[in-house]
Amino acid sequence: MSEPTGSGVPLKPLVEALLFVSGSPVTVEQLVKTLEGVSGHQVREAVAQLSVEYEASERGIKILEVAQGYQMVTRRELAPWIKRFLQQAPMRLSRQCLETLAIIAYRQPVTRLEIEQVRGVSADGAIQTLLEKGMIRITGRKEALGRPFLYGTTPVFLERFGLVSLQDLPKLEEFVKKEEPVKTDETVSVTQTN
Amino acid sequence: MSAILKINRKPYKVTLPVFEGPLDLLLYLIQKQELDIYDIPIAQITGQYLEYLGMMELLDLEIAGEFLVMTATLMEIKSKMLLPPEETPEGETDPRGELVNRLLEYQKFKEGALKLEQMESYRRDFISRSPTTLASFEGEVAPEEEWWDLSLYELMKGMRNVLDSMSSKTSQAVREVMEELVTVEGRIQWILEMLVHKPAVYLSQILKEARGKMEIVATVLAGLELSKASQVRLKQDELFGEVEIVRTNR
Repeated sequence: MSEPTGSGVPLKPLVEALLFVSGSPVTVEQLVKTLEGVSGHQVREAVAQLSVEYEASERGIKILEVAQGYQMVTRRELAPWIKRFLQQAPMRLSRQCLETLAIIAYRQPVTRLEIEQVRGVSADGAIQTLLEKGMIRITGRKEALGRPFLYGTTPVFLERFGLVSLQDLPKLEEFVKKEEPVKTDETVSVTQTN
Repeated sequence: MSAILKINRKPYKVTLPVFEGPLDLLLYLIQKQELDIYDIPIAQITGQYLEYLGMMELLDLEIAGEFLVMTATLMEIKSKMLLPPEETPEGETDPRGELVNRLLEYQKFKEGALKLEQMESYRRDFISRSPTTLASFEGEVAPEEEWWDLSLYELMKGMRNVLDSMSSKTSQAVREVMEELVTVEGRIQWILEMLVHKPAVYLSQILKEARGKMEIVATVLAGLELSKASQVRLKQDELFGEVEIVRTNR
């Protein structure tokens, strides 16, 4: 078992303790930097071992791989009791926010106008809310008329939706069964009903 | 969306579902009647669309401008469709093409939003703790500083807070009006002088000393300029918290 330089303390309990106090996701880099003298590979190994032990011994907690790191969380099937204990209604995003967020997630970096063109309605309020919740951020300006802001998602977004990276987003094409492009060059077929 | 829109029965017994916009409403009408999105019966759909707007009016709901723009688009397509094929100008495409593409595009992201919602609700069942701090063991070990990449947005928010407090300040006192020349260069110098004595200052603190909006704006710009030139770092301990201007050692 590897250990940080000269500490005499094995790595696994150290990693476990750090994940416990952090609560939020901890990256491999953070662990390596804190522990000194261990490699990223060793850290990952220690996390993997912990994870296996948790799974094998019917524990209430598990280690989740999330936005570029690891997070200690409770097991999913225990959620009803935990929610009852905490007596908290989870904060939900409105449909308006979810749709706006979906467009930003798949199209980033994207301007407000581009979002509005897809949804056909104003996205001002939704963008404001998402900025305040830290799920999107301004990534720059588009070199176009008016130099509008470009928006992209943040690690908070990844964590909230349980994604390790943006590559894990389900493919947009899978959502719509019929994906043939509309034939626009054929003659007009008149299908009037009245 | 649990509510149901009943169109064909009279008198109307309706509960209006909330639509996110005209595209959302059109998609609903198409899916509800299992119409082919690639071959939309425009006249039928336009009629139902207008019927819905009529209901909104009846219920005194405000109809957003976007809905009216779509009405115009539908009318235009409808009139184009009435032209016999041989009178269609050369090279003219299906007048519905653009609308269909927009509907398909919107539909994709609507499904995407639903998928995100499912993912969020799944993820929500893995519950984590909030981070531990050593605040209750004060003095033993300093908690590690947290750094945030500050965006312009947060800086502007900070500025707005100060501007708000400014306006309440100025309204109370009678003042003599005189023109003052404020330059960003001057404010840069001022910030640097301040940082000679202390390693860091709070943005709110230095903005409080500023007189007038011009000076606040110039000071914020000066802070940004210094940060760009790596002479200072902008730091924030928590999201939407106090912005600190920290001297870099060089």
